[in-house]
Order: sequence, then structure tokens, then C-alpha cells
Amino acid sequence: MVEHLPALQVVLPLVAAPLIVLARSPRFAWLATTAVSYACLVIAALLATRVATLGAFSYALGSWAPPWGIEYRVDALSAFVLVAVALTASFVAPYARRSIAAELDADRQYLMYAMYCLCLAGLLGITVTGDAFNLFVFLEISSLASYVLIALGRRRQALVAAFQYMLMGTVGATFYVIGVGLLYLVTGTLNLADLAERLRGVEDLRPVLAALAFITVGIGLKLALFPLHQWLPNAYAYAPSMATAFLAATATKVSVYVLLRFYFTVFDPAALFDRLPTRETFLALSVAAMILASLVAVFEREVKRLFAWSSVAQIGYITLGIGLENHAGLTGSIAHLLNHGVTKGAIFLLLGGVALRSGAASISVGSLAGLGRRMPLTAFGLVIAGLSLIGVPGTAGFVTKWFLILGAIEREAWWVVGAILASSLIAVAYVWRLVEAAYLRAGQGTRREAPAGMLAAGLAMAGLCVYFGFFTSINVAGASDAASFLLRGAR
Amino acid sequence: MMLALSILIPAAAAALIAACHRRPNLREAVSLAAAAGLFACVASLGGDVLRGARPSLAAGEILPGFALAFELEPLGCLFALVASGLWFVSGVYSIGYMRGNDERHQTRFYVCFALAIAGAIGVALAGNLLTLYLFYEFLTFVTYPLVTHHGDEPARRGGRTYLALLLVSSMLFLLPAMAITWWIGGSLDFAPGGILAGKLSGPAAAGLAALYAFGIGKAALMPLHRWLPAAMVAPTPVSALLHAVAVVKAGVFSIVKVVVYVFGIGFGAEAFAWLPWVAGFTIIAASIVALRADNLKRRLAYSTVSQLAYVVLAAAILTPLSIVGAALHIAAHALGKITLFFAAGAIYTAAHKTEVSQLDGLGRRMPWTFAAFAIGALSMIGLPPAAGFVSKWFMVSGALAAQHWFALAVLVASTLLNAGYFLPIVYRAFFVPALPDDARHGEAPWPMVAALVATAALTVAMFVWADVPLALARRLA
Amino acid sequence: MSAVAAHFSYWVTLFLMIAGLYILIARGNLMKKLIGLGVFQTSVYLLYIAPGKLVGGTAPIVAAGFTTYSNPLPHVLILTAIVVGVATLALGLAITVRIREAYGTIEEDEILERDRTGER
Repeated sequence: MVEHLPALQVVLPLVAAPLIVLARSPRFAWLATTAVSYACLVIAALLATRVATLGAFSYALGSWAPPWGIEYRVDALSAFVLVAVALTASFVAPYARRSIAAELDADRQYLMYAMYCLCLAGLLGITVTGDAFNLFVFLEISSLASYVLIALGRRRQALVAAFQYMLMGTVGATFYVIGVGLLYLVTGTLNLADLAERLRGVEDLRPVLAALAFITVGIGLKLALFPLHQWLPNAYAYAPSMATAFLAATATKVSVYVLLRFYFTVFDPAALFDRLPTRETFLALSVAAMILASLVAVFEREVKRLFAWSSVAQIGYITLGIGLENHAGLTGSIAHLLNHGVTKGAIFLLLGGVALRSGAASISVGSLAGLGRRMPLTAFGLVIAGLSLIGVPGTAGFVTKWFLILGAIEREAWWVVGAILASSLIAVAYVWRLVEAAYLRAGQGTRREAPAGMLAAGLAMAGLCVYFGFFTSINVAGASDAASFLLRGAR
Repeated sequence: MMLALSILIPAAAAALIAACHRRPNLREAVSLAAAAGLFACVASLGGDVLRGARPSLAAGEILPGFALAFELEPLGCLFALVASGLWFVSGVYSIGYMRGNDERHQTRFYVCFALAIAGAIGVALAGNLLTLYLFYEFLTFVTYPLVTHHGDEPARRGGRTYLALLLVSSMLFLLPAMAITWWIGGSLDFAPGGILAGKLSGPAAAGLAALYAFGIGKAALMPLHRWLPAAMVAPTPVSALLHAVAVVKAGVFSIVKVVVYVFGIGFGAEAFAWLPWVAGFTIIAASIVALRADNLKRRLAYSTVSQLAYVVLAAAILTPLSIVGAALHIAAHALGKITLFFAAGAIYTAAHKTEVSQLDGLGRRMPWTFAAFAIGALSMIGLPPAAGFVSKWFMVSGALAAQHWFALAVLVASTLLNAGYFLPIVYRAFFVPALPDDARHGEAPWPMVAALVATAALTVAMFVWADVPLALARRLA
Repeated sequence: MSAVAAHFSYWVTLFLMIAGLYILIARGNLMKKLIGLGVFQTSVYLLYIAPGKLVGGTAPIVAAGFTTYSNPLPHVLILTAIVVGVATLALGLAITVRIREAYGTIEEDEILERDRTGER
């Protein structure tokens, strides 16, 4: 049974989706989604413990031996990302019922759940597969589902945002396939481990370099690497609350995972980092994202879009570790996959509650006035998650920042240290706009908290921000294992 | 056990206070009981420390290899004693002030107050630099709602300055300083003799020292002192306990900790050789600003800036005598300055006066308040029979021992300046005839008067019975 | 000349790829953008299929008389990619229809204009 878990992980949500469509009942859809999400979390936890004790292991799909058949492979990195995705899913799913009921007509709600399950299946599939083409298929499963999730938003702008995202996402995925195709032409294999072996010694061939470029840009589009991030703010701002929370916490993170996998386990990191300006490129792009996107967030008036810009900046933190290319930096990056997922998840879940109670389609910073009185618990949760976004010690965000700073100091890249610190100070500025509005400006309306289920999910995630700041045995230990795993091949 | 209690009492008190928000009497009783309990707890720990023990405790894992570690050493003990003892007194005072002025959001006020004390105690007990930093930042954030308590435009503006300066300094300087220390020294545990000794030299050491000295913005070294006057928009009990005792003392306490336990006394002298000059400049410049300030709380705030720099100056000279002086001054200034702020709050509550120039003749209407004010002023100047004399004595001896003539000159000059801006207030109050005033008022509500008389008495007591704080301070050097 | 002839399929691929991307970026009409996207994706199909085909090769079924086989894997992969492409196109068309319902136009600049003015 245990050896089939990697497949089961993907199959469960994949099967749940058509069942939900057949049943058409919102209630059944919600139950199935929640059950599947929890099951995925259990499976991910089991896989992670197994990897931690016994080491990486692989699963031959349909018993076709790799490299001919499709291989599912669970190692320290993929186990960590699996847990991060499944953890978010298990908070979003219980939250979904009230949120979706409030934002969609009863006859369309089941579609939302079905798409959510498909998206989950795709994201988990990307993480677990060991085959480059299979990865593309899962990438498109999750992406197509997320386009629909966004298009289901209440305002018509959601349609345009989804369309733009779809164009850019498809171009990104196609770039990725072009890269994989070139690699296939050179090596004749699609299995990632096999690819790595056969690429040794031919890294300087032009098709391989072209493949690297296509894959970088393609995945860069998917993960919103600055300056390929234009789709993100609108997509997050207009999507339904639950979709924003889920996508912000998982989708871009899984794409970062793909990039890490290609950079450190498929291509030869020695060739990649020493003979090409990879380090400089990633440092420059990440720092630009951290500073510029944060500045945009400071002047943004719409709250969801403000945090979407903040996401672009935080993705800069995550890609920074690639540019630092050392253990501390990568630990910070990988830990931030989870830390930022939890933080942004909490923020968007709580904002969903605010949107529900205010009844407006968009929340401006000004309309948060008096939130501390109207929805004290929600406001408090937002403050906690905001502090984690800033990176205050005792929150998850601090852990990331600490490791990134250590990594930058180790490289003696002092300007990067300065950029990390400057970016967190800018984060103070945009978080504090909300705090001032919520607590120091009088607002109208009576006291009315978000529905209990939504509030509980949001607060629980905000609680996780604090938990991961004090007890780092899950996030940092896992990330540190994953970083060691990535660097093992490198040096 | 007692160590865990010391952190948990104020934290639990905050929760309880929040729970009793519909019953003000119970709420304030909880607040006072917690303060008394905390003081008892710290005092019993203090007995252990005097006998040479170092109680310690570790929990959680902030980063791999870094527990949330607590260890009580003499300086921390002194700071914790002062903070917890004065929490009780200012708890009594707050009741009078908050009710006397019909302040809003009183529950939030008491909750944040208790949390701030938890933060200060956490700073005092921290066993490694990371734990200290954690509580240091915690203190910044929980005091923000207190600073912006009034919720109007001046409060928002003051709050912004407060937060911006404290966070800019701690994030931009202190955090990288810690990371560099970890990178070079491989440890962040406070160790007698220091972490960095012998691993760094010359300009690099001085640079790192500068990152620490300016990173700890709560110590209000110029030019990072502006948050302190900005914080004066807060209700007076906050200014009294937090911005004369808990928060600012957490700043200078951290600096002394870093000098003694991160750099080490021997090595620190080299790295911090420049610090007496900055501190000396801060002392003089802040005193001159105070001299010109007409707003009473503003004058007190700048006096605090200058008095904090005393502690930094004494710590930076790095002779055993001056370290003792620094430790004592943490306590002595706390007692004296809280008295002065209590008096300012009492004047505001009873007479609604905020400017120095309005105080003519008030001494006859509020004799207790102004008598206490006079004692506090004497302590600031450093004259007997007030506690400030004891600490100043040790600082001067330390400067002499080190033959640091600049420090000596600063101490002498600032004493004159202190006298220059405090004595006129006392003179106005008692000897200038009152303006024809329609307001008929006497003293402030009795809890406030009781509190300020108590702290004034403590100021004198610390002069008369200086041996307990002295014994603690001597264990340090 | 031989370099061009020998790599004929790549040149076609490259032309389709760039043409598709150009249409996608330069045209404001959502339908045309989708067409561009389709052309762009098609070029990738060609990139995979062309190298897999050997002149004179047959389907890879072992039988007497045949010694050269084409590589079947690219064909299978591209079957999958085509399915993905169709799904994307279907979704794109569906969203276009909805946009037309919501805005009354499928011209990008008019859509942005109507969002700014709030007009239906």
C-alpha cells in the first residue's frame, strides 16, 4: 500500500473532479473536496516521513521501468513541496463552503470545486513526477483549472484577467515544452534523472543552452519571475477569494519547485552557475522584484491587488536563493515556499471574510477603516500575517529572512543583504497602511465577524505563521534537507 | 520554573485582562495582582542570582540550533526588578489617570501594557541574542497601540515616526549585525568574555560595533533619538513606564549586554572606542534641546535621551567601575524619571497644564506632586539625597580610572545643564506667584499621588540603601 | 544552401513559432490572439514530430522485411500535447464568449476603455 502512495496522491483529486461534476451537488462537492484535501495531507505527511527516514524512492507508473515508463519520484525537495501544497489545501477546502456559496450561484458552485480538485491534482502531479513531459501535462492540468478558477470571479474584469493569464501561461508552458523537446532531441530521454546523466559533458551544446533558456523563460512566466509577472496582480485581484488564497499559496511555489529541479538536478549546476551569468541574473531579477514590486504595493489602493504585488516581491525572496546558490540561501528559499504560502494563504483567506461581510466586489484600503472594531479577530489575524510578511522575529517570515541574509553574507554580497532589509522595510510601509486604517481610523458598520468556518481557517493559518516562527523543525529542517539534496550533486 | 513564570505572568495577565473587559474593577485588580506576583517572582530569582546562581531555561526552536533561551544574570535581574516593581506602581497610577481623564479603549491599554512588560522581561531574561532580538521587536509592536492610543492625527503621525525609526534601526542594522556575528563567531549565546573576542579586528570590529550601537534604536543615540519625543503623544502612564523605564531601558540594557557578552569587556574597549564620543555628543545636544523645550513632556523626553546616553557612555568606557555605574543608572534613572512623568501626568489631570511656562505657583496647590518632582529632578542632576548621585558617582570614578577626560568633561557639563532645565521648573512652581487663574483644583486623584510619592520615596531609598542594587551590579563587572 | 535544406523542418518550425507569437502579441482582437496561440503551439508539434520520422521508416512493429522504424514516442507525446492544446483553445473560446457577453466587444483596447469608464 505504502509504495502506491505517490500515485494515489495524484489520483485521488483527479478522480474526485469528475465525480463532483456528475453529482452536481454543492454539498457533496464540498465534502468530497475536503475529504480529498485531508487525504492528500495525510499521504504527503506519510511520504515525507518515509523520505526522512528511508531516503528518496521512486514509483514506476504501471510498472513500466524508468526511463521508458513514467517514474514518480519522491525526494527531500518534492516531499517538502507536497506537504506545503497539501497543507494549504487542507485549510482552503473547509473554508471554501461559505466563501463559494457567497460568491457563486448555486448551480455553478460544483464547477468551482471540480476545478479546485483538478488544480490540486495538477500541482501534486508536478511535484511528484520524474518525467519531463508528464510534468508538462500536469502543469497544464493545474494551469487550465486555475484559469477557470479565476474566470469564475464575480466581476467581469475576472474574465479579462483569466484570459491574459491564459495567454501568458500557455506561452510559458509551450516554451517549457520547446525546451524539453530540444533536450529530448539531444539525449533521447524524458526521464529527469536519466536526462541529468546524459547531459553531463554536453552542457555547452547550443541546443542544450537554448533548452535552458526556453525552460527558464517558460517556467519564469508560470512563477511570475520579475519581469514576467504582469498576469499576476489582476489574476489574484479578481479571482474568487478562495481561489486567490489557494493559488497564491501554491501555484507559483510549485513552479519555483520545477525551476529548482531543473537547475540543480537536471542541468549540471557547476556548468550552469560557473560558466553562465546565472547567479548575477537571478540576484538582479530577484532584487528588482523585491524592491520594485514592494514599492508598487505601497501605492496600491485595492487591498487584494496590494497583496498580489507583495506576492511578486515575495517570489523575489524565493528566487533569491537560486542566485545565492549556497546552503543557507537555498534553505531560505525553500522554507519560504511554505512560509510565504502560509502567510499569504492566511491573508487572502481573511480578506475573503472581509469581502463577504462588506458585500463589495473589491476592498479598498480606505474601506478597511474601523475593521479592528467591526471584525476584531479578522483584523488581528491580518496583523499577525502582516508581521510575518514583514519578517518580524517569532513569525515564519523571519526564518526565511534570516537564512537569506546568512546566504548573502556567505557570498559577501552586501548589496543583496541591503536589498533584503530594504524590502522588508517597504513591507512595513504597505502593511502599516492597513493597520492604520483598521485600527486608527473610524469606520461605519456594526460588529460582525466572518462566518465561523472561514474565520477559523484564516486564523489557523495565521497561527501557523507564528508556529513556524517558534518551532522550525518542520519548515526549516525540511528545507535544509532539501537544500542539501539539491547541492549534493552540485559540489 | 520561576523563570518561566516571570514571562508567563504578564502574558497570562494580558489574556485575563482582555477576558474581563466588561468589568473594569476586576480588570485592574488582575493587572495589579499580576504586577505584584511578577515582582515577587523576580525578587525570589534575584535572591538566587545574588547567591551566584544563573537560572536558565530553554524552549522551542526559533532556528535550528537556537532555542528560545532564557538565562538570568545580574544585570538582567536588576532590569527585571525595576520593570516589574514599577509596573505595580504605575498600575496604581494608571487607574487614576485613565479614569481621571476618561480615556477610551481602556482594556486595550491594559492588555498592551501587560504585553509590553512581558516583552521587557523577555529582553531582561534573554539567554541569547536571538531571543533578545525577538522580545526587543515584540516590544516595539506591542507598544505601538499604546503610543497611538488616542487614534487621532497627531497620534498616527507620532506612531509612524516611532515605528519607522525603531524598525529601520533594528532591521537595517541590528539584524545584519546579528547575522554577521553568527557568521564570524558561530554562536549567538551570551558568553562571559564575549563571542567575538579575537575573531575580528580594527575597522571591521568598529563597524560591527556601530551596527549594534545604532541598531539598538531604543537606546536613542543621536541621530536615532527622534522616536522618543514622538512617543510622547501617548497617555502619560505609557510615557512614564515604557518610555522612561521598560522600552528605553531595554535599549540601553541591550547595548550593555552586547558590549559585555558579545564583544567582551577587553575586546569591546577596542571596538567601542568611538562610542563615548557619540554618547557624549548625545548627552550635551539632548540637554540643550531640553533646555529650550517648553512642553513639559518633551523636555522630559529629551532629558531621557540624554540620560540614556549616560548609560551608553559609562558602558562604553568599559572600566569595572563605570559598568557598575551604568547598571546602577538603569535603576536610578528609572525611579527618578518615572517620578517626573507621574508628576507631569498629575499636573495634566488636575490642572490640564502641559507647558512649563504655565506652571507658575502650582506648587502650592499640588505640594506632594511638586515635592516628588523636586526629588526626581535632584536624581536627574545627580545630587544627594537621590539615587542619581550613586550612579553618577560610579560613572565619574570610572571615567577617572580610565583617564577618559572627555567623558569626565561631559558628565560635569551635563550636570550643569540638567540643573539648568530642571531647577527653574521647581522654582516656578514654588516661588513664582500664580497667575490669576479661574480653575480651582487641588492634587490629582489619590492613586496618582500615592504612586508618585512612592516612586519619589524609592528614589531616596535607593540612595540610602544602595547595597542591594550595588551587589547585583558588582556581580556583573 | 544545404544548411537550409537539411534543416528544412526546423526553419518551418521557427517561422510558425515566431509568426504565432507575433500575432499573439501584436493583435488586439481576442480571437486573433487565440489563432496566434494555436499557430504557436502547432510549431511545437512540428518540432517534436519531424525529427522522429525517418525517410523510409515504418511504424515500429517488428515484421519481416522492415529494418528502419520511425520513433513512435514523439507522436505519442504530441498526441497528448494536441489534447492539451485543444483544451486550452476551448477554454480560450469559452472565455472569449463570456467576455463578449460582459463587455459587448472582444477588442482588447475597447475592453480596457470600458473598464476604465465603467460602461457596459
